[in-house]
This record gives sequence, structure tokens and C-alpha cells, in this order.
Amino acid sequence: MSTFTIASIPKEELLAPGHRMCQGCGAAIVMRHLLKALGRNVIIAHATGCVEVTTTLYPETAWRVPWIHVAFENAAAVASGIEAALKSLKKKGFLSYEKRVKVVAIGGDGGTVDIGLQALSGMLERGHDVLYVLYDNEAYMNTGIQRSGATPLYAWTTTTPAGSVWRGEWRRKKDIIGIVKAHGVPYVATVNFAYISDFYTKLRKAAEIEGPTFIHAYSPCVPGWRYEPHLTVKIAKLAVQTGIWVNYEIEKGVFRVTTPVPKRLPVEEYLKAQGRFAHLTKEEVEAIQKLVDEDIEYINKIAGATLIGPVEKK
Amino acid sequence: MASLPGWRDLPRGATILEPGSSIRYKTANWRVLKPVIDQEKCVRCRICWTYCPEPAILELDEPYTTKSGRTFKVTYTVDYDYCKGCGVCAEECPVKAITMVEEVR
Amino acid sequence: MGKLMPLSGNYAVAYAAKAADVDVVAAYPITPQTAVVEKLAEFVANGELNAEFLHVESEHSALSAVVGASAAGARVFTATSSQGLLLMYEIMHIASTMRLPIVMGIATRAISAPINIWCDHSDFMAAADAGWIMFMAINAQEAHDLVITAYRIAEDPGVHIPVAVGYDGFIVSHTIEPVNVIEKEEALSYAPKRATWFILNPEKPITMGSLASPEWYYEFRVQLQKAIENSKEVISTAFREFRQHFGREYREADGYYTDDADVVLVTMGSITGTAISYAEEARKAGLKVGILNIRLFRPFPEEEVFKHIERAKVVAVIDRAINPGSSFVGPLYSEMVVTAFKRGLDVPIANYVIGLGGRAVLRSHLDLIVKHAHGLSGKKMRDIESHYTFVGVRE
Repeated sequence: MSTFTIASIPKEELLAPGHRMCQGCGAAIVMRHLLKALGRNVIIAHATGCVEVTTTLYPETAWRVPWIHVAFENAAAVASGIEAALKSLKKKGFLSYEKRVKVVAIGGDGGTVDIGLQALSGMLERGHDVLYVLYDNEAYMNTGIQRSGATPLYAWTTTTPAGSVWRGEWRRKKDIIGIVKAHGVPYVATVNFAYISDFYTKLRKAAEIEGPTFIHAYSPCVPGWRYEPHLTVKIAKLAVQTGIWVNYEIEKGVFRVTTPVPKRLPVEEYLKAQGRFAHLTKEEVEAIQKLVDEDIEYINKIAGATLIGPVEKK
Repeated sequence: MASLPGWRDLPRGATILEPGSSIRYKTANWRVLKPVIDQEKCVRCRICWTYCPEPAILELDEPYTTKSGRTFKVTYTVDYDYCKGCGVCAEECPVKAITMVEEVR
Repeated sequence: MGKLMPLSGNYAVAYAAKAADVDVVAAYPITPQTAVVEKLAEFVANGELNAEFLHVESEHSALSAVVGASAAGARVFTATSSQGLLLMYEIMHIASTMRLPIVMGIATRAISAPINIWCDHSDFMAAADAGWIMFMAINAQEAHDLVITAYRIAEDPGVHIPVAVGYDGFIVSHTIEPVNVIEKEEALSYAPKRATWFILNPEKPITMGSLASPEWYYEFRVQLQKAIENSKEVISTAFREFRQHFGREYREADGYYTDDADVVLVTMGSITGTAISYAEEARKAGLKVGILNIRLFRPFPEEEVFKHIERAKVVAVIDRAINPGSSFVGPLYSEMVVTAFKRGLDVPIANYVIGLGGRAVLRSHLDLIVKHAHGLSGKKMRDIESHYTFVGVRE
């Protein structure tokens, strides 16, 4: 089996420049590589959100593949319809092409874990051959950084600001992988573009497997997380190095950590890099560290080995 | 406004028929800083090209020989029509071959 | 010639979707539409209908799924009522402005609250602003025929607008009547499948559902208005071709005894059947009453409608839905008043609301209405104290 490296990334750009995503946008990096990984033979159903709005401002589109946006909460339902249509038309001999066309649904955390959860659940339960990609920037970024179910503990957002009564978001990130897994789908995985080979391997696997499959993509946001634009990839890497984000896959029920981290950085390194955590007290940072330690312990347990190691101060 | 097409000439449903038509919108003027690639230092690792969000780094099949005699088959250049000056390329370059300079317009 | 079968309105609609050889069905059950969904599932299960049947988890997803399927080039069908229709409402607007030829059956039912599963036209009327072509069937045969006609109209290259066919909940959806069922070959010869709208295809990548700023949005709304206006011609043609294929003639609106009527009673849906029966009796008793049945509600067939009211002394419009607080109260009433006023018809037009929440509409009610309307003859609109009356309600 040949290893995928940065040299293997296909050259063709299926996302055209000229889109309106922010300088240094993490989602832009996700989309660009998602398209490269999947190739031309896709049909995308995309939920309302940052990427949708910035890539399809009439009359300009950054997409070089067939793409449809309908509403905020129904990317999974629209994708279900497209998949059913292709199946039916193929059966009746009406499709002009023979090749396999993968239907991909894309949504942000807003359009997936909150308003889009019902449609996602329906699609997963019905067993459509659709790959759902969640690009998670941890808030409703397009409408101006309001909290979502995916907003992490203590993060500042405009609807969970930090003041004397509130200390940013007080609830933990919704376990969307757990929710998706509960539907018994053949493949779910988390990806982080700072680990690009893992990103491509998983996306291709998720597309190859007859769905439904689910990819949770980490997507840093410059204005929402409040950091300088050039640090997007650094922060993505820090997320994995501190154990805040674990790259893993669950294939037919088998759990596998795909990016082992022998020595973890303290979570403070990740938090202090982002303005959305600037209000945190020492106690709050310690609380987050404790929760991360517990999560890592659990992950190592189900992985059956210590793939994510202990924290080692720099 | 007078030069924009009317309702009779537009494709139904706000459908965009030309893929990748966003190339018509040059995002160059978003920049405050612009990246400059030092071709002598560049080792053609592909990382800047990989992480540019636009994409605004072009991978050209243009061979290049450095003054020290290293030959490469490709050259990476910045597409200044679209570069928004985010600086991810400069930050990620492992040999610090990219510098962000203030843009004078 | 088709097969004569005893079918409920719901089954008649299901048989029509089957004859049209739909490719994708996505529908969520809701009383009184459920039998449509069940029958279609039975057809697919038996191999009688070769379609993908999506067991969607809500009506919003039902319409979203058929939007996706239609955008991928498939012939689609969905059906709903009341709360389900309202849940789909967001997507209804999107379907019409995205110009997708979706066909939907609506077993008309009252809207909550309080929850009521019986017939009125509230759901149908609430959806009338969404830019769809909308028909109201009188009986099961019409429901069957109009669904097939809907494909002929929706998929016409000059139209590309989704079409809804309403039929009275329980009264038409559940009553078993003899229906001349159209077979697949005939249906496809009348409404052949030709995917002429914009379709998602990796060989020709397009972007559908873009963001249009103030510099662009307006033109697309105008396109829809012009298209739905122009669809009147295609609807006429479709009805003519239907008669040529199947022998049954439909018009956008029909008049019964309207040529010399003093009072023209305007009705939609199953009330029309009651009204015609009443009119025959009333005529024998010397009352010069005429019935105007509205079959096409959107685009509103003003010209055909006007032909039947221009000689009337009084126009009595029956509505089975209300728009509370509006200047018109009954939505059909508003269409009639505007149609008449635009053409300078200066006779009293009165609104009679009846049958909300499935309350029975009897011939005695119609008699009350006609006699009341008759009493308004000679009056000017501005001299009528109240233009609407709730008929059959307990005070």
C-alpha cells in the first residue's frame, strides 16, 4: 500500500480563487482539499453558512463541480434526494454517464449539529450512499460568531460573551460523532488538515465506502476564534498536539486513533493562542485540562493502547 | 447598473452555469502584506501551495537552478491577483523562504 | 382507454403518480393524506412502480429531498396536508424560484390550533403565495387527472414551475368513486419525460441556489412572475392535449348556468359538486343561480372567471379558509373582488365563509347563501355593511 504524502496531492484546483472567505480561513483549506481528495465526480449539496455564502455570490461561483444549496437545515435531505435520483435514473437507463458519482453533503456546525440534526439523522438512518462532511468552526460564524452546539467550553461568542455573570460558553461541545455513530453507519472519522495525509486517506476512504459516511473536519476561524490569519495551520496543529482534537476513525465499529501523540502539550498552549479564550482564569484553564485528560483517558481505553500520551510541559 | 443583464437574459433560478467564475473577482486588494518567495531558499516542499486557502500559490512546471547549483523541476509563485496576504504560507514554510512585505500601492 | 376502478381520492392520486412513472417519491404521512404514501409504498414494494421511495423523517425533508432529486434530473412526487404543508413552506418558495418541476398532492385540511384533521382550504390557501401553480380538484377523477396534467405543465420547457394539486381532505381523499385510471404508456405519451431544466451533472458542473445580492435578486423574482403568467398558455394547451388523449375536458374555471344567472355562487373543491346539485334544484324553483367552479387557483384565471360573472347581479364567493384581519377575510374572495374591480364590474360581491375544520356544507346552507346574496342585488359595494358572513357557525 503506497503512502499518501504531500507530493501525492492532486494538482487540479476544483475550488477557484476569487471566493470571499476570510484571509487565512480554515474552511477554505478544508474545502480545497476535500474537493481534491474526491475529484470531479461528485455532486455537492451544501447547507447555508460561511462557505456557501462566500463561494456562490451571484454571478460568481468558486465551485468547479456540480453544487446545490437549498436551505440551512436540509443539506442531508437534499443529498438524500440527489442520491435517490441518481439511483433511480441509473436503474431506468436515463443517466448519461456510467461512472460512479458520489453525493456529498457539506454543512457547518450550525447546519449539522443544531438546525440540521434532524435531516442528518434521517439520512443516516435511511442508509443513503452519501458522504457528509461537517466543517466545524465551532460557532455560527457566517451570521457573526454566535454560539452553536459545537462551541467548546468557555469559548467567547457573541451570544456567550464573557462578563461578570457569564464566562463564555458553559456547555461542552456536542458529541456529533457519538450521535452519528449511534446510527450504525459504516464509517465516521475526524480530520485535521494540519495532518494532510491523514485527511486525504480518510476522505477517500469515506467516499469509497458505500455510505452513509461522516467526516468531522476541524476548521479554524480567524475572526471567530480571534487570532492572526497566518496562524491557521499552527492552531490546527496545536489542537492535535494538546489532545483537544483527536484524529480517529471508526470503521465498522472498530475504533482507531490515526494520529498518535506520544507527548501532549498542555492545553494552555492551545487556549492562549486564541482571543476567544483570553478571559480564562487559571482555574478555568485547569478545568479544561482536566476534561481533556479525561477524554484522552477514555479514547486510549477504547483504542486499547496509550496512543495519546501524557501532558509534558514545554 | 445599466450594463448588468435584465431578467430576460439571466439563467433561471439564479443558476450559475460557468464553473469557477469567481476567478473574475480579483481579491488582490484585500492585502495589506504580500508574500515574496525567495526562489534561492525555496526547497519546493509544496507546503505553501498546500495550505494557501485561495488558492493563490501556483505550482508551475518551470525548472529552476539555484546559484548554489540545486536544480528543481517546479517553481512556486504567488498569484498576486488573488493573494489576500494571510501569511499562512510564510508561517508554514519550513526554510523561511517566504517573507511578508508591506504592500505599496 | 383506461381501466375503471373504485378509488378514493388518495388512491387516485397515487395511481396518477404511478402512471407518470415517477423516479423518486419522498413523503411523510399526515392525516388525511396517508393513504397516498401507503399506496405508493405498496406499488414500489410490488415492483409496479420503479421508483426510489424515501422514508423521510419530516415534511421539510420530504420537499427538500424532492428538490434535490428534481435538481438531479428525476421526476418526483410528494404529498402532504395542513401542518406538513406549513412545515414544507420554507422549501416551497425555494422550489419555485429554483424553477424545479416538482408535483405535489395536497389533501386539504384545517390548520392548528386547535388541531383538526378535517377538510378546509386553510393549508392550500396558506401556501398560495409560494409561487407554485395550484389546482383544486372536485373529485377523485379530477385529482387523478390533474396530477398527470401537472407533470405535462411543470416539465414544459416554457414553464419549469412546481405544481400542487389540492383535493378536499376526507371528502375527496377518502370517498371511493369510480375513477378512469390512466395507464403508464398513455400517461408518458401525454407527459413524456424530458429533463429540460438545469440539472446537476458532473459533466457540466453548475451552481444552483446561489446568493443574490440586491443587484441581482429582483430579476429572478420577476422571472418567476412572468413565467407563472405565461404558464396560463401552457395550461390551456395541456388541457386541450389532455382531452385529445383521454377524452375528458378540463378548464381553468367552469361555469354552470352562469349565462343568465342573477346570483353566481363561486366555489372550489367538493363544495362545487354540492353547489351544482343545489343549483339544479334551485333553477327548478325559479331561482336564477349559477355556479362558478375555480379549478386553477394560481395563476388565477381572471379572464375565464370574469366571463362567468360579468352578467351577474350578485357574486357570492364561498371560502373555506380565512385570512384573519385582512381586508378580504376569504382568500378566494380577494381574487374575485380584484378580478371584478380591475374590469369595472360594479355589482355587489359578498364573501361567505363555510365549512371550516370539516364542518358539513349542506345544500340548505347554499340556499341561505344564495338568498342572502340575492338580497344584496342593486346595492353598491360601499353601501354593504359587512362583506363577509360566517355561515354555519354557532353565535
